[in-house]
Amino acid sequence: MATGLKTWLRGCWRFVRELSGDDGYERYLAHHAACHIDSVALTRREYFRRREGEKWEGVRRCC
Amino acid sequence: MNNKTLAALTWIAVALLGAAAVGGIALNRGESINALWFITAALCVYAIAYRFYAAWIASKVLLIDPTRATPAERLENGRDYLPTNRWIVFGHHFAAIAGPGPLVGPTLAAQFGYLPGTLWILVGAVLGGCVQDMVTLFFSTRRNGRSLGQMARDELGPIGGIAALVATLLIMIILIAVLGLVVVNAMKNSPWATSTVAATIPIAMIVGLYMRNIRPGRVLEGSLLGIVLLLLAVAGGGWLDHQPVLREWFNHPGLPLAWAVIVYGFAAAILPVWMLLAPRDYLSTYMKLGTVILLALAIVWMQPTVKMPALTQFIDGSGPIFGGKLFPFVFITIACGAISGFHALIASGTTPKLLANERDIRMIGYGGMALESFVAIMAMIAATVLDPGVFFAINSPAGVVGKEAADAVAKITSWGFPVTVEQMSLLAQQMGEATLFARTGGAPSLAVGMASIFGSAFGEGMLAMWYHFAIMFEAIFILTTLDAGTRVGRFMLQDMLGNIWPRLGQTSWYPSVLLSSGIVVAAWGYFLYIGVIDPNGGVNILWPLFGISNQILAAIALCVATGILVKSGKLKYAWITALPLAWLTLITSAAVWEKLTSDDVRIGFFAAANDLAAKLAAGSLPPEKAAVAPTLIFNQQLDALLAIFFACMLWLIVLDMLRICARHLANKPVPPLSEAPHQVTKLEEAWQRD
Repeated sequence: MATGLKTWLRGCWRFVRELSGDDGYERYLAHHAACHIDSVALTRREYFRRREGEKWEGVRRCC
Repeated sequence: MNNKTLAALTWIAVALLGAAAVGGIALNRGESINALWFITAALCVYAIAYRFYAAWIASKVLLIDPTRATPAERLENGRDYLPTNRWIVFGHHFAAIAGPGPLVGPTLAAQFGYLPGTLWILVGAVLGGCVQDMVTLFFSTRRNGRSLGQMARDELGPIGGIAALVATLLIMIILIAVLGLVVVNAMKNSPWATSTVAATIPIAMIVGLYMRNIRPGRVLEGSLLGIVLLLLAVAGGGWLDHQPVLREWFNHPGLPLAWAVIVYGFAAAILPVWMLLAPRDYLSTYMKLGTVILLALAIVWMQPTVKMPALTQFIDGSGPIFGGKLFPFVFITIACGAISGFHALIASGTTPKLLANERDIRMIGYGGMALESFVAIMAMIAATVLDPGVFFAINSPAGVVGKEAADAVAKITSWGFPVTVEQMSLLAQQMGEATLFARTGGAPSLAVGMASIFGSAFGEGMLAMWYHFAIMFEAIFILTTLDAGTRVGRFMLQDMLGNIWPRLGQTSWYPSVLLSSGIVVAAWGYFLYIGVIDPNGGVNILWPLFGISNQILAAIALCVATGILVKSGKLKYAWITALPLAWLTLITSAAVWEKLTSDDVRIGFFAAANDLAAKLAAGSLPPEKAAVAPTLIFNQQLDALLAIFFACMLWLIVLDMLRICARHLANKPVPPLSEAPHQVTKLEEAWQRD
């Protein structure tokens, strides 16, 4: 029971982190390690700056 | 077999319950009705539509193929193309489509009574809005996540492409103006509201700085800090309101506040996104989700009674909030929440690049819009649980009911909605405001409604806090839309100007940034100014224009979808988009016609202009009105031109779509389908479904 609840709470926490983009850098590192192993990964600061710039290029919010 | 029977019985029960609830709210006359019936009716309607209609569209019309690789898989780049868990995509999609529109529209449309708006929100969503969002998402997914404008150009030709681009830019401008007006009317002469809204700007900057420099990328920490600061700002506004000197700094009438919003909008457009826009967006998303969930819980828990009648006498067009008959104006007033063209911009371009599998399209496209429609139902409940007299006193502009409180209550009571000066003063006092009269725009009455629901659920002593929390909550995401919209408008304008002089098209060249931001802000700023100086409250002019432009954007999306369906040989199913398209064409054309030809000065733009010109010529206007009369006359004519332009664009693209369909059916050459080739997904084995 307790472990079930724990897993569930952990799942919720992961969901909130992913939804908010809080774990974006960890995901980026994973993607980088998988696909671009030959280049140097961005630092956390560089990554976040790049992502914020890209995010607001298009229509992001409605009425 | 047993499971099947059980499922069938369950769905029959849902259908019966839904029918009873819809029938109950539709046939009820004269008695008060529990808000829970609205929630029940809505949930049953969405459930049935999602289970049967959406599933049928997905499997029979669109032929959704779970084995087909999505653009997110084929073009994965770790940035915008990224296969993502469907609940995460749902969250992003919903956060992007749900703005202040579904809160404001139903509140205004409540002047017709609760019934017309509620029925349109339900029927419009399941047959129109949800279908539009879902098919647009599907077609864009099959086209590598192309935007609506690009799909219009590829599938219908250059006319469709240009119309989509121009419509998007114009709707953005009208949308920002009307939302700006809603915020201005909420802050007017209210130091508490104004100071709280003002405080959101430095708070966003602090959060921005935190997430960029202090703890880079720690989104949740930064957001939590911001939310705590926002709540402190609401409480701090209450303190400030009692400081005799300080409160005057924030006590302003509409016009200076409008200028402040315009200056703010320009600053937000030229500042880097990390400073204001991005952190504000995080805060508004959490506020939005949190408040919507809280409101739903409070309604279910409190089960407030809806006091507004099913229909009011204002269906004849004489309504105080905006002029115009039930048909077509209820359908124009409630755009977001029933069908909103703006969503097609999110459903194409952004969301499709995240989809891991085509079968998520029904949940995200159809389900996302159903949830937004549910938000609109809750806004309708929050508006109609108020005493109708109070509702009209808050929302009727001074130009209609009179400037003095005694005149206003006498007028509103004479309509059959009793209200007293004492009642309004007490309410204003409870909400921590000097007055609640003539706060047209929807935000204040919604805030009063939400405060009374929250107040009865979580303690009456906090009414003023809840009211200003609700105002802050609406203001923060209206300002997010304003920032984001100005920015998008700027990019689109730079894109167009780049065709004239390539240098202007460079989004990072500062002179071009200043010029294009200036043009976009000036455009919506002018309409905001029109709204603020209008004696009838501005909402009467701007909201219908916004509704018309939003529905026309929806019509463009449905034209693209209908064209693609016919070209893919699915003529017999084309009605799923052609039917809502025909309806939208009918209501927007009828609304434009009314706005142009009506003799009623509160409906017809030309009637208003001519009436004012005649009064000016006869010298019957008091000097302060005579001074602004030429501007008002010009504005009415400008609005009329805009309405004509919208209608022309609508018919242009509808006829263009019909031409393409006719050519296709006659086996003449048409632009080919631009669908990306089929490729089998490799994700399925590795992909953990939940």
